[in-house]
Amino acid sequence: MTTDTASSHVKTHGRYIGAGLPRPDAWRLLHGRGRYTDDIKLARTAHVVFVRSPYAHAGISAINVTKAASSAGVIRVVTGKEVAALCQPWVGVLTHLKGLKSAAQYPLAMERARWQGEPVVAVAAESRAQAEDAAQLIDIDWEPLTAVTSPDTALDSRSPVIHPDLGDNLAYQREVDTGGVDEVFAGAHKVVEATFRTSRHTPVTLEPRSILADYNPAERQLTVYQSTQVPYMMQWILAKHFGLKEINVRVIAPDVGGGFGTKIHIYGDEMTAVALSMMLGRPVKFVSDRLESFVTDFHARGHLVKARMAVSVTGDIVGIEMDDLYGIGPYSGYPRGSANEAKQVLNLVGGPYKNRVYRGRTRVVFENKNMYGQYRAVGHPVACAVTEGLVDLAASAIGMDPAEFRYRNYINAEAYPYTLVTGPVFEKLSQHQAHEKLLDLMNYSALRLEQEELRRQGIYRGIGLAAFVEMSNPSSATYGQGGASIASQDGCTMKLTATGGITCAVSINEIGQGATAVVLQIAASAVGVSTENIKIVIGDTDVTPYGGGNWGSRGTGIGGEAVLQAGKALRQNILTFVALLTETEASVLSIRDNSVIETLTGKELMTLEEVARTAYFRSDKVPRDFSPELVVTRHFAQKTYDGICTNGIQGCYLEVDIETGFVRLLKHWVIDDCGTIINPLLVDEQIRGGVVQGIGGALFEECIYSSEGQLMNGSLIDYLVPMACEMPDIEVGHVSTPTATSELGAKGAGEAGTAGAPAAVMNAINDALKPFGVCVTEQPFTPERILRALGKV
Amino acid sequence: MPFGGVVKASAFSYAKPSSLSELFDLMEMYGDRAKLLAGGQSLIAALNMRLASPTVLLDINGITELSGIEVKGDVVRIGALTRHRSLEQSAEIKKHLPLVHKAMPFVAHAAIRTRGTFGGSVAFADAAAELPACCVVLDANIELASRKGRRIVSARNFFKGLYETDLQPDEVLISAEFPKLRVGYRSAFLELARRHGDYAVVGVAVHGKFQDDMFSDISMVFFGVADRPVHAVNAGRALESARLSPSTINTLRSAVSLDLETYGDIYHTAETKLHLAKVLAGRAVSIMALGRET
Repeated sequence: MTTDTASSHVKTHGRYIGAGLPRPDAWRLLHGRGRYTDDIKLARTAHVVFVRSPYAHAGISAINVTKAASSAGVIRVVTGKEVAALCQPWVGVLTHLKGLKSAAQYPLAMERARWQGEPVVAVAAESRAQAEDAAQLIDIDWEPLTAVTSPDTALDSRSPVIHPDLGDNLAYQREVDTGGVDEVFAGAHKVVEATFRTSRHTPVTLEPRSILADYNPAERQLTVYQSTQVPYMMQWILAKHFGLKEINVRVIAPDVGGGFGTKIHIYGDEMTAVALSMMLGRPVKFVSDRLESFVTDFHARGHLVKARMAVSVTGDIVGIEMDDLYGIGPYSGYPRGSANEAKQVLNLVGGPYKNRVYRGRTRVVFENKNMYGQYRAVGHPVACAVTEGLVDLAASAIGMDPAEFRYRNYINAEAYPYTLVTGPVFEKLSQHQAHEKLLDLMNYSALRLEQEELRRQGIYRGIGLAAFVEMSNPSSATYGQGGASIASQDGCTMKLTATGGITCAVSINEIGQGATAVVLQIAASAVGVSTENIKIVIGDTDVTPYGGGNWGSRGTGIGGEAVLQAGKALRQNILTFVALLTETEASVLSIRDNSVIETLTGKELMTLEEVARTAYFRSDKVPRDFSPELVVTRHFAQKTYDGICTNGIQGCYLEVDIETGFVRLLKHWVIDDCGTIINPLLVDEQIRGGVVQGIGGALFEECIYSSEGQLMNGSLIDYLVPMACEMPDIEVGHVSTPTATSELGAKGAGEAGTAGAPAAVMNAINDALKPFGVCVTEQPFTPERILRALGKV
Repeated sequence: MPFGGVVKASAFSYAKPSSLSELFDLMEMYGDRAKLLAGGQSLIAALNMRLASPTVLLDINGITELSGIEVKGDVVRIGALTRHRSLEQSAEIKKHLPLVHKAMPFVAHAAIRTRGTFGGSVAFADAAAELPACCVVLDANIELASRKGRRIVSARNFFKGLYETDLQPDEVLISAEFPKLRVGYRSAFLELARRHGDYAVVGVAVHGKFQDDMFSDISMVFFGVADRPVHAVNAGRALESARLSPSTINTLRSAVSLDLETYGDIYHTAETKLHLAKVLAGRAVSIMALGRET
């Protein structure tokens, strides 16, 4: 059921909004014509390679670079001090995450290295290979120190303190308590509890982090080509930390091969590449290799959550309590902090359910492990696994079907906008509809029968459900209000070109997710032109309007609305101009198929080419007191709520081989509500990709650290990313509840799959294991862990 | 500037001999500073990660006599340079070495099979690889050559440890000769991997006679469990003259426990590997007998 509140304009002319068109850049990329940062060759480019700490925690007593400095092709070898002289250190705190603390972080480690992989020395050479050769000649005298590698003991008095000045290893802590928790648990019909563990993940973008910094000392102008999700944030950071004027910093994001949050953080190696370009007055390129990516790209999601749920005899959730603990890196990430997972887990445990008795605590501790922060669906997969895991346990405890249990506990449809006990407001969810639609789609009752029948044959299949909520379209509450210059608004500038084409410059980015397709379709619908006549301009701070870029599922919801408004404004300006020329009223005119027509008769008055020609070359035909404004800019920010919550539910069907502990995924279903859908092909692929990433967490992905803080599986041989062969068919359906906070009505779609999939897989495994009375709650659910639960090993 | 901006390996020279004698000349000249390049599926990654820094790569892809599958008399000879893909698609292999045919889809991914070679896999001797296990279970003879001449080593004596074989520094792996499938003989190949194409967590290759509902002359080899493919001698004995039954499988599982001293890996303990090996052993003999798992 679609309730389209988008404007009548969009309805009338929206033949591109809602159309499943192939993305316009696919042809180019499939022809090998992508242009990524590493494809950009500038004359006199130096290539930089880093010597990184082999220890998780060690003092640096001496660095000898003599041999390296004279190695063939070497241009410059720099240590932390030299870089620090150019680049101000940073502290990853946000003022509105009260109590979040961190220490000053420098691009290169100086007296002490605090994680394995932290950059220490940089070598710039004529070629990458020469820089690699020289890097091997650098001697560092290390004094290994005890590393903090377990969140469980990081706060013990015997644990070393990573930053003595901070007093302890606690980076952040927050608690909420609605009151009444002890009472409901004491009086509950049933109480279920479990300890849920999610593993540290690394996002593994196809294109690794890459930067090409080109400083021109003659103008004090810095141009940076970077694989980034956030050109304007980078512009701010680079200007601030290198003491440059912001107008003299230009950040260009060419094609970007995946972001997932990896490319919204500040990295010491990238800042060093910029510093080297300033020192050398020539372009400097750094392209992270895969092994470096594993130990430097921000990790995420390694939580330990003890949780319990109280239920009534009739199957109502009456109370939830949870205690979350996780370890970040040795510093809070910059400039977004490493506490957002804490915030999201604390806020969103409880999901789309109406329970209002809640006590929660989250603690974030420093560890001598890789840096840690925002990754697709920040905190949501953790919160969802905890909530949905408890829901299944509770349903089972009272002997109720888990689908029925969920349905009766969802927030009532008339309760929206609904303020959570933790603060955020859900504008409007469609959870009952999504639920009904999912059960239909997966043929839930027939599946249950099949499961029962197969169980009698010794085949153990499980059905798992996971209702999810997902915050999108963030307001300035996320960063701006915390003092970070990270825009929550986005802009679009649209121009009628001299031959009647449209250029559309937007501040959101293409990172492989299809943003250009979305922008193109909205622009075409808004103006009334065909997509072939529109050129999208993206990813260049000298050219596009100011805006936040890509994070937090905001591209379509925020950037798309700016495009819609710019398109409408340009259209209006064109119609006003033509009305003047043809001595009629703009209100009776429309633009259709690249021409201005009389709406009633459909009679063509002028093509857009004629409009442009008149405006630009035949000013003699334009009234003396009128100036046709055929370039317009519009911005949009979502200001009503902290974020717009999307929702949905996933179903998973799988088989557990109880002798081997191996899991075979058979089928996965998702019903998602992202409001207005611009391109259903893209939305479905976003959902599917998100589900696959979630399945990765549930079954495969885990950064395994030794007790000394060594990453034990830091390569694509050992760190198991989900691959196509193991993935089930993923069927996607939709409910559409457009947000009323914008005319477009679009919400985010990029993170929903990731949020719900791990919980759905977990619940399906535990459903399969039910005849054995055992249950697994530690992700990933490896054969080893399943066999242990079954008592086979 | 010897390389472009993206080369990560240390500098090395490259030579592409077109005959074995030319290759031996080069091997003599460079000694242990040389590495042979066949399919390059392990070597190139090692070079790029700088885990190997040879002075010279000797590309043997031009030595055509090293390539090809040949059936002669009672044996099938597989040349060292034969690509995995050729083995996978060979009608001769399917007919005469059905075990190898069954194993091939488990060897990495299609792209790797297209480039990677039989000899490369055998000489590299990864303990979790499929082809070394096939060689051992089928009692293949490995042919090695050096300037001094040729010699034959039984596959059962060839694998010495993790990435360690009987291949001497001056030698090249030429081929392996497998006995053709005999009447009444069957085989099964099973592997558990977390993702398709990964090295095995545990794998088993079984070959032997199953006639008149009775097992005999069974060879069972496990891979991914220790530092090399393990020939499970007790398992073979346990199956001699046995019929398929729950008690046979129990006896077999006990025998496997005697045969294997499993190693753990980053995701699986030694205990889990042993458990999985026992499960696979039972499944493999069921497949041999019934064509399916019990």
